[in-house]
Amino acid sequence: MRTYRSLGELSLLSLAIALPWLLQALGEDYYIGFATRLLIYALAATSLNFVVGYGGMVAFGHAAFFGGGAYLVALLMTGGLISAWASWPLTMFIVALLAWAIGAISLRTRGVYFIMITLAFAQMIYYSVISLKIAGGDDGLPIDQRSNLFPFDLANDNVLYWLALGLLALSLLLLKRLSHSRYGHALAGIRQNETRMEALGYPVQQLKLVCFVIGAALAALAGALLVNQNGMAGPGQLYWTQSGMLLVMVILGGVGQRYGGVLGAFVLLGLEEVLAQVTEHNHLYIGLILLAVVLYAPRGLAGLFCKSR
Amino acid sequence: MMVQLIIEQLLNGLQFGLMLFLLAAGLTLVFGIMDMINLSHGSLYMGGAYLGAAATQASGSFLVGLLTALAGMALIGLLLEATLLRRLYQRDHLSQVLATFALILIANELVRMIWGPQPLMLNAPEILSGPVDLLGISYPSYRLLIIAVGLAVAGLLYWLVGHTRAGMWVRAGASNREMAEALGIDVRKLFTGIFALGAALCALAGMLLGPLLAVQVGMGENILILAFVVIVIGGIGSIRGALVGSLLVGMVDTLGRALLPSVLRIFASPDIAAHVGPALASVLIYLLMAAVLFWRPTGLFPART
Amino acid sequence: MTPLLTIRNLKRHFGGLWATRDVSLEIQRGEIHALIGPNGAGKTTLIHLISGGLFPDEGQLLFDGRDVTKKTMHDRVALGIARSFQITQIFPKIAALENVRLAVQAQQRDWGSSLRMWRPASADFLMIEEAEDWLGRVGLAEHAGTHAADLSHGEQRALELAMTLATRPRLLLLDEPLAGMGPEESERMTQLIASLRGEQTVLLVEHDMDMVFRVADRISVLVAGHITATGTPEAIRVDPAVKRAYLGEDIA
Repeated sequence: MRTYRSLGELSLLSLAIALPWLLQALGEDYYIGFATRLLIYALAATSLNFVVGYGGMVAFGHAAFFGGGAYLVALLMTGGLISAWASWPLTMFIVALLAWAIGAISLRTRGVYFIMITLAFAQMIYYSVISLKIAGGDDGLPIDQRSNLFPFDLANDNVLYWLALGLLALSLLLLKRLSHSRYGHALAGIRQNETRMEALGYPVQQLKLVCFVIGAALAALAGALLVNQNGMAGPGQLYWTQSGMLLVMVILGGVGQRYGGVLGAFVLLGLEEVLAQVTEHNHLYIGLILLAVVLYAPRGLAGLFCKSR
Repeated sequence: MMVQLIIEQLLNGLQFGLMLFLLAAGLTLVFGIMDMINLSHGSLYMGGAYLGAAATQASGSFLVGLLTALAGMALIGLLLEATLLRRLYQRDHLSQVLATFALILIANELVRMIWGPQPLMLNAPEILSGPVDLLGISYPSYRLLIIAVGLAVAGLLYWLVGHTRAGMWVRAGASNREMAEALGIDVRKLFTGIFALGAALCALAGMLLGPLLAVQVGMGENILILAFVVIVIGGIGSIRGALVGSLLVGMVDTLGRALLPSVLRIFASPDIAAHVGPALASVLIYLLMAAVLFWRPTGLFPART
Repeated sequence: MTPLLTIRNLKRHFGGLWATRDVSLEIQRGEIHALIGPNGAGKTTLIHLISGGLFPDEGQLLFDGRDVTKKTMHDRVALGIARSFQITQIFPKIAALENVRLAVQAQQRDWGSSLRMWRPASADFLMIEEAEDWLGRVGLAEHAGTHAADLSHGEQRALELAMTLATRPRLLLLDEPLAGMGPEESERMTQLIASLRGEQTVLLVEHDMDMVFRVADRISVLVAGHITATGTPEAIRVDPAVKRAYLGEDIA
C-alpha cells in the first residue's frame, strides 16, 4: 500500500518535471507561467495548512507573510541585493522574526479572537506598507529583473517553474517528516487537548509559536517565488482577501491533510482559469462548487481520497 | 473653527459608528448564539442597498425603497437560514468560513448579473438634501437622520434584548446554549428569527449608507471586516459590547482620518504628514483591536460564561 | 527533613468571592495526604493553585525548598508536580499507548534546544516500552491499541493516571479520581492509589470518605477556603469541630 502510494507520488512528480517540455511541444508556453503560479500558491497554502491543520491555529493573516516575502525580496532588489542565495534566506529570516513577534502576542488569545488578532496585524502591515514611498504605495513595487540564483537562470521560465516545483516538493517532504517526528506528535496532542499537554509538561505556547513561525517562513519563500513570477510585489498580496483565499484553499483541499494545500490551490485557481474561458460569471460557479464541497465533502477534497494523513 | 471641525467629525464618527452597530448587532448575535462565523453578513448589507436603490428608482420614493429593502432582505435571510445556514451550525468554524465565503462569491456574481457591473445611484430624499444649522455649524440633514434612526434602533434593540421574553432567550442562548435548550426554548425558531432580524438590520444600514457611499459590488467585504473588528472588541455575543465597539471604531476611524494628518504636521514635515497620516489612521482601529485583545483576550464585554 | 511542599498563606479570590482565604499546609515526603471538605470549599482551586493552572493573589508555594509561586504549569511539571483532573483530560483520537507515550516523551524536555525533537517518534522503542510499562501498572496492558475515546469511563480515568505517573512526578495531585465511577471501578482505582503508598507522595481530593480513610496517611479539612484541621485519619474521625463543620452524622 505504502509503496503504491510512493509510486504514485513519484510518477506524478516525473510528470510535473516533464510538464514544461510537454507544453512547449504543444505550443502552449503561456501555461508554464500559469503552472508556476499554481505551484507557488500550492506552497503558500501548504505553509498555511501547516499552521492551521497541524498546529491547530486558524490564522487569518497569512498574507502578511506571503506578500511580505514578496515585498522584502523586491525591496532588497531595489537596494541592490539581487542574489537569491542571500536575499531569499534573509527574507525568510526577517519574516520569521516578524511572525515570532506577532505570534507571541496573538497566542495569548484563542479561537475566534486568535483569528481576528492575526487579521488585525496583517491589516496593520498592509496599511503600513502602502504608506511607504519606497514600497511604491498603492502601485506596488516592480522588479526589473528576476533574482539571481547562480548557476541557475531564473529568467528562464522553465527554470523558475522547476525551482517552484522543487521547493514545493521539499516542503511537502519536510511536512511529512515533521508529522512523524516527536514534535509532530506533540502538535497532534496539542490539537486534541491543550490542557493535558500543558499538564504533561509541554510548553504548549512555545511549541505552537514554533509552528506559526515555520509556516510564516515557508510562506515568505512562496512570496519570494511569487515576486519573481509576477515581476512585482503588489498591495493586493498583503490584503486580507489574500489571507482569505489561502484559507479557502486549505479548507477546500483538506485541513491537516498533507496534500490539502496543494489540492486546494490547484482546484481553486484551476477552476478560475477554466471557467473564465467559458463564462464571465465564473465566480458564481466557483461559489456553488465550494458550497457543494462544504456540504458533501466535510473533510475537504483530500479527505475524499484518503482516510488520514 | 477647530472646535466646529471637531464637532462635525464627532457627529460623523457617531453616524458611522451607529451604522456599524446595525451590522455588528446581527453579526454578534449570530456568532454568539449560534457559534457561527458568517462572512456573508456583508452580502446582506450589499443586497439591502441594491434592493433599496432599485426599488427607489422604480417607485421614485425613498421610503418605498427602504421598506422593500427591509422586507426583502428579512425574507432572504429567513430563506437562507432555513435552507442552508442551519446545516452549518454544528460544523466547525473552518467549514463555516468556506461556505459563507462561497456565499459572498455567489451574491456578488448574482448582483452583477441582475444589476450589471456599474454602481447604482441612490439619492437621499429631496427634503433631506440640504444642510441644517446645528449649534452654529451647518450639518447635512440626511446624516442627522441617520444618527436619529441609528439611535432609535439601538434603543429598540436594547429594549428588545434587555426587557422582553425573546430578549431573555437571546441572552440565555448567548451565554449558554445547552442551558437555553434545557429551559425549553425553541432554539430553531429563535435562530431563524435572529437571522431574519440581522438581515433586516443589514438592509437598513445598506439603504441608509447608500446615498453616502457607492452602491456597488464588493461594498460588503470592506465593511464586513470592520463589523468583525467591532464585535471582537466588544466581546462576541454582547449587544452592549457591539454598541460600545461600534462607537469606538466609528469615532477612532473618523477622527483619526480627519485629525491625524493635521496633528502629525505639528511634529513632522507636511510631506511626511500627508503620507503617513492616512496610513496611520487606517491602522488605528486594528491597533485598537490588538490592544483590546492583548489586555482583554475575550473583548470588553464577554457574553459567554 | 523539609516538607516536599509548603503552602504559606495562600489567597485567591474570584471577583468578590474568596475561593482560597488563607491556606497554609505542608505535604511530607512519601505520604498520601487527602484533602476533604464540603462542595465549594475551594479544594479544586487549591489543586489549580498548586499545579499552576491558577496563580495566587497572595502567598507562597515552596516545592522542595524552591519558590514555585510564579512558575508556569509546564515548568512545575518539569520540577515534579503533576496532576489529574476532575474531568478526564486525555487525547481521545489516538491509541491509549500513544497517550502515555506522549507523557513519556514530555519527560525528555528536549524541545527547541536539540534536534531530538525532530526525530521520528515511532522509532524510539525505549519510550514505547516505558509507556507499555505504565499502561500495565494501571491494568490497561491489553488496551494499548484501543483509541482512548473507546475506553470506558473508568479505563479513561486509569489512563489519565498512567499518563500522570509517566511524567515521574515527585508530587502527584489527584482531583477526585473516583468521580463518576461505579463501585467496581472505584475499588480498582482505590487499590491502585493505595499501591502507590511509600513510593509516591500524593495530594488527593476526594468525596468518597471510605476511600479517603482507607488510603490516606494524613487528612486535611478545607472549609470555606480555610484549613480547619489536619491530622491522621483517626484524629480527624474523632475531631468534634470537623464533625460539626463537615462530616455530620454519616461518619460517626
